[in-house]
Amino acid sequence: MPKIKLAENTIQLIKDTCAEFGNKESELINVLHQVQHKLGYLPAEVQEVIAKELKTSVAKVYGVVTFYSFFTMIPHGENPISICMGTACYVRGAEQVLAEFKRQLKVEVGESTSDGKFSINCLRCVGACGLAPVVTVGEKVYGRVAPSEVKKIIAEYREGCAGDDAKSA
Amino acid sequence: MDTINLTIDNKSIVVKNGTTILEAASGIGVHVPTLCHMKLHDLNIENKPGGCRVCVVEVEGRRNLAPACCTEVAEGMVVNTHSIRAINARRTVMELILSDHPADCLICAKSGNCELQDMAHQLGIREIHYQGEQSHYREDTSPAIIREVDKCIMCRRCEMMCNEVQTVGVLSAINRGFNSVVSPAFEMNLDHSVCTYCGQCVAVCPTGALTEVDETGNVIRALSDPSKTVIVQTAPAVRAALGEEFGMEAGTLVTGKLVASLKQLGFDYVFDTDFAADLTIMEEGTELLNRLSKHLSGDKDVKLPILTSCCPAWVKFFEHQFPEMKDIPSTARSPQQMFGSIAKTYFADKLGINREDLVVVSIMPCVAKKYECGREEFKTNDNPDVDYALTTRELAALIKISNIDFRTLPNETFDNPLGESTGAAVIFGTTGGVIEAAVRTAYEIHTKKELPRIDFAELRGMEGIRKATIDFDGFPLKIGIAHGLGNARKLLEDIQAGKSEFHAIEIMSCPGGCIGGGGQPYHHGNAEVLKKRQMAIYQEDKNKVIRKSHENPYIIELYEEFLGEPMSEKAHHLLHTEYFDRTE
Amino acid sequence: MSDYKMHLLICSGTGCKASESEDIINSFTSLIDEFGLEDEVQIVRTGCFGFCEKGPIVKVLPDNTFYVRVSPGDTEEILKEHIVKGRTVQRLLYTDPVTNENISDSKGIGFYKKQIRIALRNCGFINPENIEEYIARDGYMALGKCLAEFTPEETIQEIKESGLRGRGGGGFPTGLKWEITRKSEADQKYVVCNADEGDPGAFMDRSILEGDPHSVLEAMAICGYCIGADKGLVYIRAEYPLAIERLKTAIKQAREYGLLGNDIMGAKFNFDIELRYGAGAFVCGEETALIHSMEGLRGEPTFKPPFPSVSGYMGKPTNVNNVETFANIPVILNKGANWFNKIGTEKSKGTKVFALAGKINNVGLIEVPMGTTLREVIYDIGGGIKNGKEFKSVQTGGPSGGCLTKDFLDTPIDYDNLIAAGSMMGSGGMIVMDEDDCMVSIARFYLEFTLEESCGKCTPCRVGNKRLHEILDKITKGKGEVEDIERLRVLSSVIKDASLCGLGQSSPNPVLSTIANFENEYLAHVNDGKCPAGQCKALLKYEIAEDLCTGCTLCFRNCPVGAITGERRQPHFIDQSICIKCGVCFEKCKFDAITLT
Repeated sequence: MPKIKLAENTIQLIKDTCAEFGNKESELINVLHQVQHKLGYLPAEVQEVIAKELKTSVAKVYGVVTFYSFFTMIPHGENPISICMGTACYVRGAEQVLAEFKRQLKVEVGESTSDGKFSINCLRCVGACGLAPVVTVGEKVYGRVAPSEVKKIIAEYREGCAGDDAKSA
Repeated sequence: MDTINLTIDNKSIVVKNGTTILEAASGIGVHVPTLCHMKLHDLNIENKPGGCRVCVVEVEGRRNLAPACCTEVAEGMVVNTHSIRAINARRTVMELILSDHPADCLICAKSGNCELQDMAHQLGIREIHYQGEQSHYREDTSPAIIREVDKCIMCRRCEMMCNEVQTVGVLSAINRGFNSVVSPAFEMNLDHSVCTYCGQCVAVCPTGALTEVDETGNVIRALSDPSKTVIVQTAPAVRAALGEEFGMEAGTLVTGKLVASLKQLGFDYVFDTDFAADLTIMEEGTELLNRLSKHLSGDKDVKLPILTSCCPAWVKFFEHQFPEMKDIPSTARSPQQMFGSIAKTYFADKLGINREDLVVVSIMPCVAKKYECGREEFKTNDNPDVDYALTTRELAALIKISNIDFRTLPNETFDNPLGESTGAAVIFGTTGGVIEAAVRTAYEIHTKKELPRIDFAELRGMEGIRKATIDFDGFPLKIGIAHGLGNARKLLEDIQAGKSEFHAIEIMSCPGGCIGGGGQPYHHGNAEVLKKRQMAIYQEDKNKVIRKSHENPYIIELYEEFLGEPMSEKAHHLLHTEYFDRTE
Repeated sequence: MSDYKMHLLICSGTGCKASESEDIINSFTSLIDEFGLEDEVQIVRTGCFGFCEKGPIVKVLPDNTFYVRVSPGDTEEILKEHIVKGRTVQRLLYTDPVTNENISDSKGIGFYKKQIRIALRNCGFINPENIEEYIARDGYMALGKCLAEFTPEETIQEIKESGLRGRGGGGFPTGLKWEITRKSEADQKYVVCNADEGDPGAFMDRSILEGDPHSVLEAMAICGYCIGADKGLVYIRAEYPLAIERLKTAIKQAREYGLLGNDIMGAKFNFDIELRYGAGAFVCGEETALIHSMEGLRGEPTFKPPFPSVSGYMGKPTNVNNVETFANIPVILNKGANWFNKIGTEKSKGTKVFALAGKINNVGLIEVPMGTTLREVIYDIGGGIKNGKEFKSVQTGGPSGGCLTKDFLDTPIDYDNLIAAGSMMGSGGMIVMDEDDCMVSIARFYLEFTLEESCGKCTPCRVGNKRLHEILDKITKGKGEVEDIERLRVLSSVIKDASLCGLGQSSPNPVLSTIANFENEYLAHVNDGKCPAGQCKALLKYEIAEDLCTGCTLCFRNCPVGAITGERRQPHFIDQSICIKCGVCFEKCKFDAITLT
């Protein structure tokens, strides 16, 4: 794993976040949420700072980060694509939609495209089962997505007009 | 209700409230198999995640099977430990574990000493019905410990030892589900972590996932090299445990056979680390008295308490975790390193050979000693003071490879000049021993009187943290003792907070001290083994004619011929060391 | 709400928001401005109406007109026609699929007819971001009543008499749980709301928290009063941003109104609530795992006892209930245990919220009395199977539940009946499957989920589920053998019997229930190499019917792997050893000459 050196202000941001939660070990998950929200991901160096601030071991922090699927050590693509793989979406064809995204972007689940524009992830239910199958790109939710529409969705973001003419469900 | 009536395998029994089914069953000779569970009585060490599920038993009226290790008995409970349902589940669980475990038993370092292997045998597993994908991880080799994570069965014992007992925090369960495994952060190698190499993870691993680095091959090569003089030193705790590897009762002292076996292996001189332990007392005891008298005379630059520094895992622990306190421990090197240093100067001179032609092998109850002898400050012109450190287990393997029938060996004695030792040196092998040895010498030097007694019962025992006040002819010397790094941490935090009352503290990393070292024969969770070894150590002390380090004639000779006096410049150069801040 | 003549209730739950309900709201707002109707028409952003299939939904009060699938472009017409002229916009009304009639009043819609809404009482009626609307519908009355009139013991007694059982899955009697926690002595206790809804395909908790957050807060305070706790924690999925926002708003408002905080209603009772976020681990729905997660640890369950009611969060007695359970509490206390326990069956009282999804016409959130049959739910409320297909199975209880056949359609739904049928209530996911769903694949799908979500602590769940999944995968790939079915059975029973927590103890249920109810489908896979539902790709075969093939070469030209051969104007052939079953030929053929068997 190549070492990256964190900028001073990044370190300060992490320290401040830990302090916000009283530097308490029991607040680890809250801290991770906050820091990931601010930095986009949780690389090793960030976890080291958090461990130090919360006076816990890096191994424990890493154990927690790798336990919860919400936390990631790899930065998401500019446009993170999430395909809901909940049962409702599954029985309405989410698998085919996922396959089409993978085919179009030539990446596997959990990876980002080489230009960093897109990343694909699966998520469990977003609770919009009425719209199954559901895909989210960033904060935008696409409902009743058919494999044939995948290309169009990707194109929206390729041209940089994210979400402007998003498909209505 | 203080007692509980229940039935286990059709036998009615009465047990204390709070007893587990496992404990209750063992009381009537029913040994429910366990794998992840481990309890070291009297040491406050217990691993009870209830995860392996090998110990499941049938409890009447319960919907599912109960893990015997975690389930407490209840009034009127009816337990069947060998119903077809329990046996079927237990065997299936075992098959599942084996289905994700490499079947390389024949060439595994743990073969013959593997709890998983024993369990498969005990449960009569002849076929694995559920084959499938197996986990694969990179092998991790460090200076002392090898992690073959493919063999991890997620019993979590190592994780418990590393975090709860030792508070080192290198290991944690990572990932989840089928991908979960115990690992250092970011799956990096141990040598990039704060691992102290105490080896307690190795000591409790039920499989071959954690083992020590095997140096027996290097030793065999050195022994067969005619251009080398090969000498060996053996640590005190080894003689109290080696016999176990040959089927002898725990606590059997095998000092004479140990020496005989080493001679038969072909070592040119068989010496004793105990000699260096006596030397350590001379240096450390003098340092203690110096610091004490300076401190008492008001010198603010001199800090107390003084901490012992014989244990390499402990040294690495404070270098990582308490670097700001690195001026508190004694600067005295460990006995292993003092021995190596004297051997490659004083003794090499005596033989008239270059240090490069002298190979020093040590037999240690410890895996951290492998790391210690590789530390740069213990080398001269890249030649280490101690070339190879073997664990007690490795020595046993070497003896077996060399066709030696250990049990029928005659008793032989150590060679001189580095083989003579006192009772004080022997007790270095147990918690409380180093400080007791120091007291025996420091008292007589300080008070210039003969000790009224030699045994200090108040310094002995298995309590994790002990304290005692010894009357130094009117001066109450306050002593603290900790074994296990978690306990050490507590004493260090007290010092940090300015709350420590002690003048001197002895610290050993392993529970029980070196007798419970990571390189000793596996105790397999039986704390009685440690207690018996401890008794053997004290017995050996009693057997010795000389029981105070400063009375060792060869030590006296060494100072007269070579070192001058304790803490002399030469002694400082050869027998003392410095510590490093390893936080960066 | 009474100062306005008309109210426009617009759903702003996650589902409808995804379908541009925000744009609809914005559009209405500017239109109302434009027409100068600010003083007459009020827009109310509500929580979920439940009828997600037809979202976004706009409901007009006082006449209860229910517009479905509204788009931002429809707002002007609704305003001009309905609000200004009082004429219903017929084209936006719900059309009954049987009678083909337009139904204006939601009460007349089949979807709502058989529902009784207790937990969902306020969802779709009030603005969840306005505490006054909650208070206006008897909100915080139950808390006031408890503090003023009832001792904690009396309150617990009332809950016990109501017969309320935990809605999170296990069905443990709620009153009893409170009583045990009350009796545990400690200097500090906690009330925890489990909002880590993780069943794939379930969104009951999300809808309640988005639509009526105060009902949960009020109930937690009541629980705190009963068990002697002054601190509450809501453990909520980080994937529910809207619910989190609404909860935060609700907590803030409740504090401002003195309904949370110190000396609530002057009764010397202190209680406050904090949020804790889940981070994507299904196993954290298990209460001991949830507690460890709140403590900043890996969400691994631990052996019970000790139960959380004795030793939970930070080692203190902790009462954990789920969202829906809490949502029932204020109503029970307001209307009385004797009102509540008359609803439902003998051992399962009250109602249950289900998230109805899958191959069903009316996907949505429903609440029905315990004892309602599956048939009523699927056909009367759910409107039957989509696209006129044949009903095959209904899955209840999520990854812990089972798949039931049409033989169970007339089974009254309650905790015990579902368990007897080989499934379970779970938290309330209900997924309907039709003839196109392969039950082996469904079992594999659930196992894949369990596999990803297993914490890895105990062997049966960590390795056992992996092996189950591998066997199922093998069967769907056409490589299974008949012995595999027995292997699945035996292994499943051991995993159930020997796993550490509820996740492992129930994870084989989808396997066991599909084998029990659809064994023929398994046999077809392993014996005949056929997937009767036509879903398992590896078992499908594309063939060209010689008599229908015109030799147009379209399939030949489009086949990506060159599996098709044939001369122009001559029948073509597919080489099965090369075919990757991509289906392109099938799609391209203009003469229906390619068949899939």
